[in-house]
Amino acid sequence: MMLEASNLSLPGRLFDASIRIAEGELVCLVGPNGSGKTSLLHALAGIAGPSGEMRLDGIDPRTLGPARRPGFLTYLPATRDIAWPLVARDLIALGGGDASFAALELDRLLDRRVDTLSTGERSRVLIARALAPRPKLLLLDEPTANLDPLWQIRLMELVRAEIGRGGRAALIAIHDLDAASRYADRIIVMREGRIAAEGLDGPQVADIFGIERDGAEWRAVRAPADPRSSP
Amino acid sequence: MRAALLLVALALAFAASILLPFGLLGSLDPDILWSLIVELRLPRALLALAYGATLGASGAAVQALFANPLASPDLTGTTSGAALGAVVTAYLFGFAAPVALSIGSVVGALGALALLLALAGPKAETATLLLSGLAISALAGALTTLALALAPSPFAFYDAYDWLMGSLIDRSLEQAAFAGLPAVLAIALLLRLGPALDRLSLGEEVAQSLGHDVTRLRLWVICLTALGVGACVAICGAIGFVGLVAPIFARRLTRGHPGRAILPAALVGALLLLVADLAVRLAPLGRTLPIGVVTALIGAPFFLWLVAHMRWRLAS
Repeated sequence: MMLEASNLSLPGRLFDASIRIAEGELVCLVGPNGSGKTSLLHALAGIAGPSGEMRLDGIDPRTLGPARRPGFLTYLPATRDIAWPLVARDLIALGGGDASFAALELDRLLDRRVDTLSTGERSRVLIARALAPRPKLLLLDEPTANLDPLWQIRLMELVRAEIGRGGRAALIAIHDLDAASRYADRIIVMREGRIAAEGLDGPQVADIFGIERDGAEWRAVRAPADPRSSP
Repeated sequence: MRAALLLVALALAFAASILLPFGLLGSLDPDILWSLIVELRLPRALLALAYGATLGASGAAVQALFANPLASPDLTGTTSGAALGAVVTAYLFGFAAPVALSIGSVVGALGALALLLALAGPKAETATLLLSGLAISALAGALTTLALALAPSPFAFYDAYDWLMGSLIDRSLEQAAFAGLPAVLAIALLLRLGPALDRLSLGEEVAQSLGHDVTRLRLWVICLTALGVGACVAICGAIGFVGLVAPIFARRLTRGHPGRAILPAALVGALLLLVADLAVRLAPLGRTLPIGVVTALIGAPFFLWLVAHMRWRLAS
């Protein structure tokens, strides 16, 4: 057992979850908007003052300072905004990793300022920031957003390869259910701040997402809820 | 290379600040020359050095904290808050000792910064930040005037005028120490926050995930800025724009790193204020201009350029 966290909660947020992730696992986190995917990533990354038990290889990462933390876990937020016009190489180094991290074909981008990059290029730099310290636990929020189809595939394969180096695991929040099915060892479905199901085959998935599988495609089984019409 | 040039320029400006205008010095009796340098010029040069460095370092730290290059102690109301604190201490409570003024000033600066954080939020949009700063400055300015109007001394306005516009003139070495020692302490401690502030540029959440306590970081920056700026305002009054301009130049030396820019910003700030003071001294006007007027005359157009430049960049 690698990660074990129980009764995680965040002050002021509707969120309560327990989760275990084994070494070598790539776990995808799915759920409708506002279901608590980001909250779970935040809690595990020690963001926003989480309470609850947490052990990563026997250590509570919240007790680790800035020098050791990036080797244990890194977190990629969903936002791709960077306030200062830093050079890509410096940005990756700030994350505690080595800027020579080659896997994302950044050579051409490393000496450019991040504000001059396209959104997709900037995404790759920010992903490299999270991957380069080679952490035990990767926490990625929508890592494939803004990436072109080829890079979406290459990124998921890269994460898989990184985990394959041993002693590592990844938890990835993602909206693309097909990508989740294709790449994940395990899928965790969240709803209203709690873990509601594992896998996308159970009967409650249609209820949670309001969509169901129709051959190769997903189709809506109910109209999006109109909050004004609810009792 | 550029850092070395900066240090050389700073040393030259400090030497010039002691020696210029030179004409008078040669004709003086050595004893008088010595007391002129130690009692008049040295405190003035040291104050310019300390105040400028404080404004530069505080500006860099506050800009890094708010993730906004337009944050600075003067535009966000910190200096106005400090001035209000000093005026209330001196004219309403009647404590004129430097230490009382310093405490009043630091408390005023802290109040202004706390209000800014409450109004603008931790990661402020430019508009919110500047509007909140404007409101705090206006409020502190009005309260300062009110305090002077209510003061028992009929000369309060006249007394306070030169000080409010910012002045380094006729301060003693003791006064220089009252501004300089807290300033040096504040700068030294701000420098320790540099790495955390650099990582804050990855975003507040990422900084937290990297093990930084962002709430504590924010508290430290605010308290240290209030300490440094407050102590300097108590002795020298409010001097604007150095805290805005110095970090912007300094970040060119640190490849845009906002935290690493604290030290160069302190050096650039010290240089700017020494040069502004030399301009005050050497300007052929017959009367001495308040140094705050000189920094505003140079800084305000720069600020306008910056606002226009940022707007174009945002629009494109």
